[in-house]
Amino acid sequence: MKHDNIERNLGILLVLTMLAISAGGLVEIVPLFFIKETVENVEGVRPYSPLELRGRDIYVREGCYLCHSQMIRPFRDEALRYGHYSLAAESKYDHPFQWGSKRTGPDLARVGGKYSNDWQTQHLNAPRSLVPQSVMPNYPWLLKTDLDYSDIELRMKALRTTGVPYSLTQAEYDRNVKDFGEDVAKSLHIPDAEKNLVAQAQLGNYDTDPGKLSEMDALVSYLQVLGTMVDFKKYDDDYFVKFR
Amino acid sequence: MATASVATSGVNVSAVSEQYNYDVIRKFTIMTLVWGAIGMFVGVYIASELAYPFLNFDIPYITFGRLRPVHTGAVIFGFGGSALFATSYYVVQRTCQARLFSDGMASFTFWGWQAIIVCAALGNVLGYSQGREYAEMEWPIDLMIEVVWVTYLIIFVGTLMKRKQPHIYVANWFYLAFILATALLHTFNNLAVPISLFSMKSYSLFSGAQDAMTQWWYGHNAVGFFLTAAFLGMMYYFVPKQAGRPVYSYRLSVLHFWAIIFLYMWAGAHHLHWTAIPDWTSTLAATFSIMLLLPSWGGMINGILTLSGAWDKLRTDPVMRFLIVALSFYGMSTFEGPMMSLKDVNALSHYTDWTIGHVHSGALGWVAMISFGSLYHLAPRLWNTPMYSQKLINVHFWLATIGILLYIVAMWISGIMQGLMWRAFDDFGNLQYSFVESVAAAHPFYVMRALGGAFFLSGMLLMCYNMYKTIRKGSTEQQVEVSPVAA
Repeated sequence: MKHDNIERNLGILLVLTMLAISAGGLVEIVPLFFIKETVENVEGVRPYSPLELRGRDIYVREGCYLCHSQMIRPFRDEALRYGHYSLAAESKYDHPFQWGSKRTGPDLARVGGKYSNDWQTQHLNAPRSLVPQSVMPNYPWLLKTDLDYSDIELRMKALRTTGVPYSLTQAEYDRNVKDFGEDVAKSLHIPDAEKNLVAQAQLGNYDTDPGKLSEMDALVSYLQVLGTMVDFKKYDDDYFVKFR
Repeated sequence: MATASVATSGVNVSAVSEQYNYDVIRKFTIMTLVWGAIGMFVGVYIASELAYPFLNFDIPYITFGRLRPVHTGAVIFGFGGSALFATSYYVVQRTCQARLFSDGMASFTFWGWQAIIVCAALGNVLGYSQGREYAEMEWPIDLMIEVVWVTYLIIFVGTLMKRKQPHIYVANWFYLAFILATALLHTFNNLAVPISLFSMKSYSLFSGAQDAMTQWWYGHNAVGFFLTAAFLGMMYYFVPKQAGRPVYSYRLSVLHFWAIIFLYMWAGAHHLHWTAIPDWTSTLAATFSIMLLLPSWGGMINGILTLSGAWDKLRTDPVMRFLIVALSFYGMSTFEGPMMSLKDVNALSHYTDWTIGHVHSGALGWVAMISFGSLYHLAPRLWNTPMYSQKLINVHFWLATIGILLYIVAMWISGIMQGLMWRAFDDFGNLQYSFVESVAAAHPFYVMRALGGAFFLSGMLLMCYNMYKTIRKGSTEQQVEVSPVAA
């Protein structure tokens, strides 16, 4: 076909342009929803508890992903600095993903458990009091602001719609007991969300102020769970290679 | 002078006001300047925050994390978007010799688009974010974008259907592909479930690896179509017009067009090298990224060689200088991009400032420079008067060029330095540097980057002043004008 015909015919130009721009996405993205090996088959990864979920929302709200990645690459230096490389399975309940694209600060994929709650709270409140050369902003309002968890059930329901196995019914709860064990299943039950959230904050006392349920509680609880769900001792390293 | 040459070169004389809708173009032109100034100011500010963190002032609304999407939104969608609306409405009317499909709808796209940029910025500052780069706007704003964008598509296609020329000019192919691709990308990347109809908060429909692939398919093609294909449309009209010569090669432009729009869509996953997506996707993306070098340079050569036989204009015409330097930066960043998409290079460059430098050599060097040149060409025709000062255009050119150089050199150094420090081992096989040592080492380059940004911003402000004076002395009176010959 002569190109002249395309230039004279708007309909043909439109159709051919649509075909040209659709190909890439169709070949590269669509299969990822159907190829089973895209996400590793691995034990331990569970949806976030209500408190962790609210913490994650705050992480997104403050734009943490713009300076911190959550994706460790399979290199020797990253293994030493951050730990085992990240698996796709570890973010399978992450809506949206927070892998990031820039490390103005260090990667956080496995920051959970590396520092105490005290340290995290103090660091978020005034980073340069612990790390003098840091360029991170202070986040003093996290400690001062009470956590708003009035819409926690709505949030979990929306995530349930996207496919995260939070449970609404007894049948769904039973399925979660089977998949994640009873303790986890309880924390995923939407009707008990408020109760569970308050209980976890009181038990964990993440912001080191037992009398207050602050945004800091939620955010630190989220940071403390990052990268801790998979027990890598259970797996041979070769096991993960086949999924890459 | 430029106005005069147009006024004497044509044959078909008709009243411009009857024939073309310039009103909406004028409005978008002015807002291009406004958003440029605002967006670049925010850019300089957040660059300064990284150099001097006290500038965050413990105020949630102006911390780096919340202002960064304000910066990207204001420059990409405010500045770049308004420039594209303005020039595409101009180019499609002139090359089709037809008035816009609907004045009312065109006016709606103007007010709608401005409302979107304002809402997006307010939303970001208040902490409403989808947490996806360049797509931070929450779902109600995404719906507004969808409506305005479909209206834009209808106007553009409708105007093409009204054309009095049998051929659709090459610039319009690029604009059309940009409008279609943006609609496609925006729709699929923003699929989300709101937590309620009365809340701004939503969660993305996809998660983890699939979500990452969708986001970078979007993110890379926001660059590929919004910031490249569309501005190539601009290039294919304004470079030949300003040079007073036809496009160097018609065949090359055909090749350029189809190769660019086909290949770009595959390249997004190079943002995800070495991450938890399947290896084959990122390898495929790298392959296509390298192939992209060919049409990119084909387009650059096509633009630059359009000036063949009129090279002296580079000495005498500062507007031409903007356009040609823009093409040079386009060539440079489309070489740098494929290089950075090689997995071994990416292992070093990813997560570092090098990426930021690369983006800005494209965004400042290519996108902003080609827009400046085009607007300097456009304003005299919209307001029926020569630019207030050619000298200020020249000063703007040098401020912008020096600013870009400072910016990208600073980011090259700090980026490569970070990459090397992170992977350095001492003699005992331990990591040589703690992370924060790389942060401290970057400080002088963060200062240098902010300075480069300040240069670029001051050029932008100078342009605003020059335009203001031009508009003041010009008029929007209907004048007898002529239609172009070359286009």
